[in-house]
Order: sequence, then C-alpha cells, then structure tokens
Amino acid sequence: MSKIERDPVTGYTTTGHDWNGIKELNSPIPRAVIIFIIVTHLAALIGWILLPTWPLGRTFTKGVLEVDQKTDLAADIAAANTARADWMARMATLDFDAIRADPDLMARALETAAPLFGQNCEPCHGKNGIGGPGFPQLSDNAWIWGGTSEDISKTITVGINSAHPDSRFAQMPAFGRDEMLDRTQIGMMTSYVQSLSNGFIANDPSEAATLFQDNCAACHGEDARGVEGTGALNLTDAAWIYGGDAASIWQTLMNGREGHMPTWQSRLSTADIRMLALYVEAMPGKLQ
Amino acid sequence: MSLFKAHYNLEKKSIWLVIGIIAAASVGGLVEIAPLFTIDQTVETTPDMRVYTPLELAGRNIYIREGCYACHSQMIRTLRDEVERYGPYSLAAESQYDHPMLWGSKRTGPDIARLGGKYSDEWHAAHLNNPRDVVPSSIMPAYSWLAETGLDVSDLGAHLAALRALGVPYTDAMIENASTDALAQATPDSDAASGVAERYGETTNMRRFSSRKTVTELDALISYLQILGQMTQTAYTAEPKEVE
Ligand code: HEC
Repeated sequence: MSKIERDPVTGYTTTGHDWNGIKELNSPIPRAVIIFIIVTHLAALIGWILLPTWPLGRTFTKGVLEVDQKTDLAADIAAANTARADWMARMATLDFDAIRADPDLMARALETAAPLFGQNCEPCHGKNGIGGPGFPQLSDNAWIWGGTSEDISKTITVGINSAHPDSRFAQMPAFGRDEMLDRTQIGMMTSYVQSLSNGFIANDPSEAATLFQDNCAACHGEDARGVEGTGALNLTDAAWIYGGDAASIWQTLMNGREGHMPTWQSRLSTADIRMLALYVEAMPGKLQ
Repeated sequence: MSLFKAHYNLEKKSIWLVIGIIAAASVGGLVEIAPLFTIDQTVETTPDMRVYTPLELAGRNIYIREGCYACHSQMIRTLRDEVERYGPYSLAAESQYDHPMLWGSKRTGPDIARLGGKYSDEWHAAHLNNPRDVVPSSIMPAYSWLAETGLDVSDLGAHLAALRALGVPYTDAMIENASTDALAQATPDSDAASGVAERYGETTNMRRFSSRKTVTELDALISYLQILGQMTQTAYTAEPKEVE
C-alpha cells in the first residue's frame, strides 16, 4: 500500500513506499544539479551551431564558425613564416660570407640552429658534436668532406651513401673478408696504420709501407693524409670514426666500413640546412 | 519545474523506462558510428599506398610485443610545434592498413610517425642495443636480445592472410611466399630477393639491416622503423590547405 505523507521535520513528501516502517523522502533534485544540466545543454546547443557537428548523409554541418584544424594550422604556419620571412629569405640566399659578416643574422642562425641540431643531428653526432663510435666528431678540425659551410651544407643536403641521387659516396673495402689481404697482412697493416699517427715516413722500404702504397694510397693518398672528396680520411691525425685502437682498425681492415648519413633535403628547408652548416662550422671554436 | 517531474511517469512505467534508457545509451553509439558514413569525404585517397612487406610486418609485431607504443606515439597532430618538429601531420589514410593502429596516446619518447629515413640502420642497431651508447641521457630501455634472436618467419603467411581478411590487399602470391620474402628482403644477394622486388616494388628497402649473418628480430624491427611515414607520399605532396 502506498500512502504519500508529508514529513514533519523536512517538510518534503515521502515516496509513499513503506518498508517495515522505513519510509523514503522524496526530496527535490538539488538546484545546483538542475542549473548544471541547463548550462551544459545550452553549451551543447551553442556548439552545434558554431562547430562542425551533425552528419547529413554524405556530408556534415560545418557550423557557423567554419573551423577546420587543417586551415587553422596552415594559417598558424603562414603567420609564423611571415614573421620571419625577411631573415629566413636572407639565410636561404645570401652568401655564407655575407651572413657571417652580419652579427645579427649570424646570431640568429646559431640560435635557430641549436635546437635543430639537437632534434636532428645530436642523436648520432652527440651533444656539441663530440661524435661517438661510428659517428664522426664535428667539433674538431678533421673533415672528410670539407669543413666550410658550403661543404657542410652540401653534406647535410645529399647525405653520405644515402638515397639521394647526388649522395656523397664512400666505401672502405673489406680487405680481409673479400680476401684481398690475408690475416698476417691485416695484422701487419693494423700496426702500420697505428704507427701513422706518429708521422708518415716517406720512402719507407718496409713490406707494410709497400702494401699501403699498393692497396690503400689510391684513396687515402700516397702520404696517408686522405683525399678530400673520396671519403677516405686522413690516417696520420688523431681523429678516428671507428676507433684508432688495434681491435677497431683490424675490424675496419677485415670487414670494411660503409657509414651512412641520411639526406636531409626533404626534412629541412634550405635556410635550416644553411644555418646548421654555419653552426657546425662554428663548433670547434666554441669548444675551445 | 514541472519538466523535472516528467520522469515520475517514466519511473512508474518500466517499459518506457527501458525504452528511454536504450534511447539515451544509443546516443553514444551514434556518435561513433555516424561519422563512418562521411568517411569518403574525410579520409584522403592514397593511390600510391603500399602494404607492409612480411619482414616489416614481423618488425611491427615485435614493436607491439615489446610495448614500444607505450612510450612512442605515431600520430602527428595538426599543431604548428608538432608539424615543425616532426613533419607533416598524420593523415587517416596513412594508417589504413594498420590493424591494430599504433597511434598511441603517450609520449615518453618522441613521436615516430615520420621516422623512416631519419637515421641510419647502424644508429638504430646501436640505439636499440643500448640507447645510452648513442644518447647518453636516454631513459629508453635496452632491447639487446633482439640482435641475438633469430626471426621466426614460419607464421607470416597466416599474418598476411588475416590482414587480407581485414581488407589489406595482399595477393595470393604474397601470402604464399611470405616466409621466403621476409628472409630475402634482408639478404639482398640471395636468389629469392628478386621475388620481393617483383611483389612489393623496386623501391622496397632491400638490404641487411644489421650486421648479423642471419636474419634476426633486430633486422625486422629496423626494417619497420625505416618505413614509418613512407607508406605513401600523400602527406608530403598534398597541397597545403588554402588560407582565407
Ligand atoms: C620507457 C619508454 C620507452 C620505451 C618502452 C621505448 N622507448 Fe624509444 N625512446 C624513449 C625515449 C625517452 C627516447 C628519446 C631518447 C633517445 O633517443 O633514446 C626514445 C627514442 C627512440 C627513438 C629515436 C626517435 C627520434 O626521432 O629521435 C626510436 C627510433 C625509438 N625510441 C624506438 C623505440 C622502439 C622500437 C621501442 C620498442 C622496442 C622503444 N623505442 C621503446 C622511450 C621509450
């Protein structure tokens, strides 16, 4: 039996149910909740009018504001590009000498290049270009493909052994694996290459020196100082890519090396690449 | 306030209450299903879209197995900072052959939707073996066992067949040769290599992806990482949206 009563304490009616003498108050929905429901429904309604919402068969309502994330993004990028159009254009077209001669522009280049370097180059070449096993140091003066901004920007653009049609190309043959030298000769050449760091001896009559002239000089040069543009590096200095210890040199001679630097042409703009080239060129000085 | 008393009627007539609940709950379904009817208009067409080779698919499965998606997203959003850092924003069509998709929702590490070609294979091998060898401050875990573990190719045909059932255009020949193709892609001087080029195109990355003599899980994973963002060129060639 249900009998609606008024509760004398609160003044609200009961639901009328009676469970062994226990009755339930029928108190109204709190005002705050009602206001909340009204406000959210209004917000949804406004949203429907302003924003893309309802599907209509093959299309959808575009909303009064006609917002579109892709258009917004394009506008964002265009605005940012306009703000720096002037100096970015100069970065992309001026002579490197002219950029270096303009302290403001040069400061901009170095400042803009630093995060680009961190994002794109640092994973391989290390913080401040210190390099690592297999990844050349950039903060020294030993260059394989040239250390001027012009050379560096070319290297960044086309890469080394990369997929770019004009890629720089270099390969150290696997003298051991491909049986051009036997194991004793490899051992002998390992010591010889190590000895080169103390200075190249001209007209050395030793067997190792003869083997060097016959097999290695074509790329590394008769004086072992490397030939720029072949990718064959100077063996007489202290800079190594794969390590100058006997084990690493032995590996290099045995199995060859073919490092790979990606092309950045499609990832970075011309201005970005040129700023990076200036940044890398300025590196050795910065570390001193 | 009589509007707010209307529910008394519903509460007293249970059949109407059930109908009301069904109506309210189906709004959630509608919101998810209705946009599918406009898919022609919202998803880009990608005539040059290619499928994953069996080796890349094996790498993708390893990526899922190792939980890489928990730290890496593959979804570049339409925000300027993301586009400037990572490259063109991700298009829906780019993950049309991804079952399941690996967009991810958390970035402990960077987004890798456009990773393909960014680093050399040697870097990936060194990085996966121990990230701190190349990035001293990295907090990414080391996956050194990948280079030690030979790749299991025996069930790749079944994986391809399952994906075909979901709409990925694998041919019978691709399914039949999946295991051989997987090994051949990473051994370019083998006899079977020409079959990979024939079935998956001349531009397929055919090379040893790591220095091991046999094909390992590392090769598969690197082959996958090297095609991220390269399945179609649509995102790179698309005309930038007009700005009014
Ligand atoms: C605990 C989180 C975590 C997990 C799990 C993880 N990573 Fe990472 N990853 C990172 C972080 C942090 C970085 C940035 C530092 C670095 O480069 O090592 C990173 C960087 C990377 C990069 C370089 C991206 C770039 O553009 O520089 C690649 C590639 C990568 N991870 C692949 C993987 C793969 C493949 C897996 C699964 C086998 C994986 N990661 C699992 C956290 C993670």
